[in-house]
Amino acid sequence: MAEQNAVDRSKMTVEDEVVVSMDSVNKWYGQFHVLRDINLEVNKGERIVICGPSGSGKSTLIRCLNRLEVHQKGTINVHGIELNSDLKNIEYIRREVGMVFQHFNLFPHLTILENCTLAPIWVRKMPKREAEEIAMRFLEIVKIPEQALKYPGQLSGGQQQRVAIARALCMQPQLMLFDEPTSALDPEMIKEVLDTMVALAEDGMTMVVVTHEMGFARKVANRVIFMDEGQIVEENNPEDFFSNPKNDRTKLFLSQILNH
Amino acid sequence: MAVDKKNTQAYTGFVRTEEAPLMPPPPSESGITGWLWQNVLSSCANFTSVGAGVRSVLMAAFTVFVVWLTVKIGWGLIDFAFLSAVWSDPDTLKREVCWTEEQGGSLPNGWHGACWPFIQAKMKFYIYGPYDNSELWRVNLAGLIGLVGLVWVMIERLPYRRHVGIFLLTGYPLIAIILLTGGAFEVDHGSLSIMAILGLAAISVGRLGRRGILGDSVATVAGVFAVAGWLMVAYAGVMLVLSTDVGLMNVDTNDWGGLLITLVVAVTGIVASLPLGIVLALGRRSSMPVARILSVVFIEFWRGVPLITVLFMASVMLPLFLPEGVNFNNLLRALIGVMLFSAAYMAEVVRGGLQAIDKGQYEGADAVGLSYWQKMRLIILPQALTHVIPGIVNTFIGLFKDTTLVSIIGLFDLLGAAQSTLADAAWASPVQGHTAYLFIAVMFFIFCFGMSRYSIFMENKLSRGRRR
Repeated sequence: MAEQNAVDRSKMTVEDEVVVSMDSVNKWYGQFHVLRDINLEVNKGERIVICGPSGSGKSTLIRCLNRLEVHQKGTINVHGIELNSDLKNIEYIRREVGMVFQHFNLFPHLTILENCTLAPIWVRKMPKREAEEIAMRFLEIVKIPEQALKYPGQLSGGQQQRVAIARALCMQPQLMLFDEPTSALDPEMIKEVLDTMVALAEDGMTMVVVTHEMGFARKVANRVIFMDEGQIVEENNPEDFFSNPKNDRTKLFLSQILNH
Repeated sequence: MAVDKKNTQAYTGFVRTEEAPLMPPPPSESGITGWLWQNVLSSCANFTSVGAGVRSVLMAAFTVFVVWLTVKIGWGLIDFAFLSAVWSDPDTLKREVCWTEEQGGSLPNGWHGACWPFIQAKMKFYIYGPYDNSELWRVNLAGLIGLVGLVWVMIERLPYRRHVGIFLLTGYPLIAIILLTGGAFEVDHGSLSIMAILGLAAISVGRLGRRGILGDSVATVAGVFAVAGWLMVAYAGVMLVLSTDVGLMNVDTNDWGGLLITLVVAVTGIVASLPLGIVLALGRRSSMPVARILSVVFIEFWRGVPLITVLFMASVMLPLFLPEGVNFNNLLRALIGVMLFSAAYMAEVVRGGLQAIDKGQYEGADAVGLSYWQKMRLIILPQALTHVIPGIVNTFIGLFKDTTLVSIIGLFDLLGAAQSTLADAAWASPVQGHTAYLFIAVMFFIFCFGMSRYSIFMENKLSRGRRR
């Protein structure tokens, strides 16, 4: 159904500039080896969808990209800056990388507008009025400018997630990370969030998305990555990934997720 | 039911053709009868079984007993405080105005009422203690400025509330200290200027260190240098202000007393304990082992000793450890003791609030690039403190009442002042103590109840529309 809507691909161009490069990254939770030898490059303008069974390490992977999780081996470069324990690097990368969470993580004590202007004002040192103008522009893009003065608790899940997207966009990031953005939503709200994400993709944003929404992957991804047990098992363009999966685990996963 | 019907051939499904009627609730749910049913009769009008009947009768009897007891005690209090009370002493009889005929006075035998002229005569002592009569305006002025500021900050519609609040926390304490003590502290200007210069140097080191000019090892502790520097400069500045002679008569803190002492101790404790407690709570949850261990040791030490011990140590033991000639004020020592003591309690209250904050809030703040202190100040603490307002105010109220303990080290707080007036033979009568204690109880109740109501108001205000 949603797949039939045409996607405007005119701005969806992939450039040569490498935004993210992960070089044999490994991570452990105690004894548990959660990321095993991850190698991944993301170019500017690319839209990558990561899928896989729960516990496969896909969330951990993208949370390593803005150092919400710390990797122990290998190197991660974002915008040519290496993520290590240097606070300056971490602060710089977090300014340039936006993130949207499964549970929105909006700030419940602030209005929608304040949620959006907080980081530009305090992190980018932007004047309040300018930050509010930008915030209103992005709230219009996610189609909820009329909710600007409400609190997150007064909004539906889908609206909250769109606010979360607007909040991340207000920092005008060069890369957006989505960690299962629709998994906590009621079915009728998933579409409005996915539509927002499609619009973002059409605008040429570099995106790394962890999701099980295969329709979204087909429509906008230029690469789909399948992870299992902490490894990248298969990686391909969406057409071949869905119609002709090579690995048995990918086949099993796809049969489960597409025929439930 | 529907399943049963399905098996019979007559079942054809169900389609609603007309709306079910909207009806008003039964009388037991609304109006006066509803209120009676829900609040009075619900527990004592159930006679559906023998057990329930017995329970209802017992509940009814108990309710009647409680109401009777409340009325009796309440009436006794009203009778004592108002109806039977002696209100004035026109002939300045002093104690005899509250004596019965048996005791040599003119009141009927068996009389028992409050002796308010006694309180009126001692009012100045209850409020100010032995503070010099001609200088009372200074206390009044300090109190008035504080009160106006406080009310200003609490009323939301007024402008410049933030500025008034900052003034209350910075300028006001200085003004109050100068007004109350007379200022003109004896200080060593030489050591003060050395301190100021050292402070400025530390600030500069901090600035340069942050830019990385002095190397990595300095850069990591640049913040410590900056904070220490600002503290030194601030201390030097404060002492310089306090040492200026503004021409007021000096009033020794030993001449303070009554409500004045109670409020000075309570307000200092309340104002200092919250920020100290927040820092300690953050320290206890810090990932830095040194900060965590220091906070834990501090909190557990101060929570582990009774306040009386702290006050005793401060007033009796501390002078033994200090070099001879170094002597600092008894009140100041009590203030520091109360401050540190309540900070430890506050830290645990705040920590409770911090633990209630979802991990997602930290991650959300991190992901938009806020620094640690921005994250805490803008995201985590506002939510955590809102959660624990009842606990915070609980600690405030406890602290307010604990100020009565300072009478143990010879400071006459409100209660201590009242007790000392009981020794005045000029007002000796059987109701002297009753009257004084009733008055003190009412005074404490007014302050504590006020804090309690304001906390409820704040809770409602802050939770409005913000619940998830």
